[in-house]
Amino acid sequence: MTTAPLLLLEDLEFRWPGQTEACLDIPALRLEAGEQVFLHGASGSGKSTLLNLVAGVLAPTRGRVEVLGQVLGELSAADRDRFRVDHVGLIFQQFNLIPYLSVLDNVLLPCRFSRRRRERAGDARAAAATLLRHLDLAESLWRRPATQLSVGQQQRVAAARALIGRPELLIADEPTSALDAARQEAFLDLLRRECVDSGAALLFVSHHRRLERGFGRALAMAELNRAPAEAA
Amino acid sequence: MRALLPLALKSAWNRRYSLGLTLLAVTLSVTLLLGIERLRQDARDGFAQAVSGTDLVVGARGSPLQLLLYSVFRMGEASHNLGWDSARALAAHPAVAWTIPLSLGDSHRGYPVLGTTSAYFEHFRFGDRQPLAFAAGQPFAGLFEVVLGAEVARKLGYRPGERITLSHGMGGEGLAEHGDKPFTVVGILAPTGTPVDRTLHIGLEALEAIHLDWQGGAPIPGLNIPPELVKKFDLTPKSVTAVLVGLKSRAAVFAMQRHVADYRDEPLMAVLPGVALSQLWELLGVAEGVLRAVSALAVAAGLAGLVAVVLASLDQRRRELAILRANGARPRDIFLLLALEGGAVTLAGALLGLTLRTVLVLGLGPWVQAEYGLVLRADWPGSGELYALGGVLLAGLLASLLPGWRAYRLSLADGMTPRL
Repeated sequence: MTTAPLLLLEDLEFRWPGQTEACLDIPALRLEAGEQVFLHGASGSGKSTLLNLVAGVLAPTRGRVEVLGQVLGELSAADRDRFRVDHVGLIFQQFNLIPYLSVLDNVLLPCRFSRRRRERAGDARAAAATLLRHLDLAESLWRRPATQLSVGQQQRVAAARALIGRPELLIADEPTSALDAARQEAFLDLLRRECVDSGAALLFVSHHRRLERGFGRALAMAELNRAPAEAA
Repeated sequence: MRALLPLALKSAWNRRYSLGLTLLAVTLSVTLLLGIERLRQDARDGFAQAVSGTDLVVGARGSPLQLLLYSVFRMGEASHNLGWDSARALAAHPAVAWTIPLSLGDSHRGYPVLGTTSAYFEHFRFGDRQPLAFAAGQPFAGLFEVVLGAEVARKLGYRPGERITLSHGMGGEGLAEHGDKPFTVVGILAPTGTPVDRTLHIGLEALEAIHLDWQGGAPIPGLNIPPELVKKFDLTPKSVTAVLVGLKSRAAVFAMQRHVADYRDEPLMAVLPGVALSQLWELLGVAEGVLRAVSALAVAAGLAGLVAVVLASLDQRRRELAILRANGARPRDIFLLLALEGGAVTLAGALLGLTLRTVLVLGLGPWVQAEYGLVLRADWPGSGELYALGGVLLAGLLASLLPGWRAYRLSLADGMTPRL
């Protein structure tokens, strides 16, 4: 039995409802388990749409998205939601955290909704503590409301949350764009190291080409996507 | 659901000020609704408690409701009396077990004076067929003796042995006094929560005696009969205001009613207390309906405020909901989160309203009873209040579906990246 690829896109097309032009037209994309891929895309290149398709929030107009051998289109909306939280961790550009929850509760959020993440984390609180420590977040911060943290600290909390319960795929959408250059490098190093530790594949999306150093593979939206850029 | 509850609580705590004010509005409106329902119910009960075990109230022909109001509730005044002969004939009727003649018209410091017989203390029943009990002393036996209702004694500070004078007529100050014939307090009744508490009871003969030298509402000039001499006169009353009748068998009540209505010597009527009371409810029904409508509108306003606050918070919470969605919350969960919040505030408001209503009834009850003679009970809510509470909860839950549904739509449209 050959292991299924972590992520497989085939003949993928997406068109917003009411539009005639497709904004996304990707013949193929494949990610292997544990692989770290840098995806370069300017804003408006359709990368956010692509991430929503991979996460199963949007459904493709044509073609298929397969994660861990599961065709997302074959799942019901509710099952897609469960599948996403079971297998995919997400980090966004900013505003990742729920303001009224403590740092620790924010990290534990996926374990609330996903039994698989909860079980894979073992002792969820201990797992969260380990991740937070690895991501250089002092224990004195853990009980604080997320809003009291600096942007850089918040992004590291978001990384810990995306990693807890060891999902197979981590999607990071411009997670460093709110950080200054020096901190971008440090954050990226931490993130990549933690992905290796937990065995997660990393799909890192950014419009900063200089961040692609250290990634096993670099792709560009412009080459992946056959649809004209303006349509996105 | 288990994952959502702590989230909903923490989120609500985060917005505790706006939600707290909303909760206050819902609580107050529920208090108003329940308070009015309690007042309504207890007023009805109070009326219904005032007389029990009396099969018929007999008086001069007129309005049945008025007869009941002045004979039992001491409200208003009788326009016609019935002759003592008729009262005696009534008492002698074979179907009649007992009669209590009632004669009203005088007062003491605003409290009505009731002329009656010892049958009153023997046969009168209130509430759940409870007899009158004495807190002190005993029924009147001598001529110028008076038995006080509990409130009269308490408010005016009278004890047995005290000598008081009665005023001629009803109403406040400036009444002519029966100053030459003082009465001695011989008994004080235990509280009943009925108009009995506000009444002074004297014998029919005593009432006759103090009016011997009176005519047309004023003392006859030059005529003064001292108390020692009144016994030389015939003190049999000429008429009474009404007669309470107890029958040997309730089954005879309608036959007796017809018998009274067909009485030849004078125009009389016999009223079933329950029937007259229901006439009263019909009369008061409009006012009750208005009160209920106003309190229902207050609840509607409270719930509209709740929905408005939750909906307004939704715009600020779109990012929060998107984060939840990215971390595994399904649109269904988002719907529940919002609906739960509105529902919980409604539930809390209903419970707090019930608590506040109880506290108010306990706190203000004695004052209301002293001032208006209305007994408010702070016990477990009756069916009317339970319906009101249920209605509020149902309306609150239904209203909370609106923000829930809107959040559901937003989270479907936004996905994980809110377009703000």
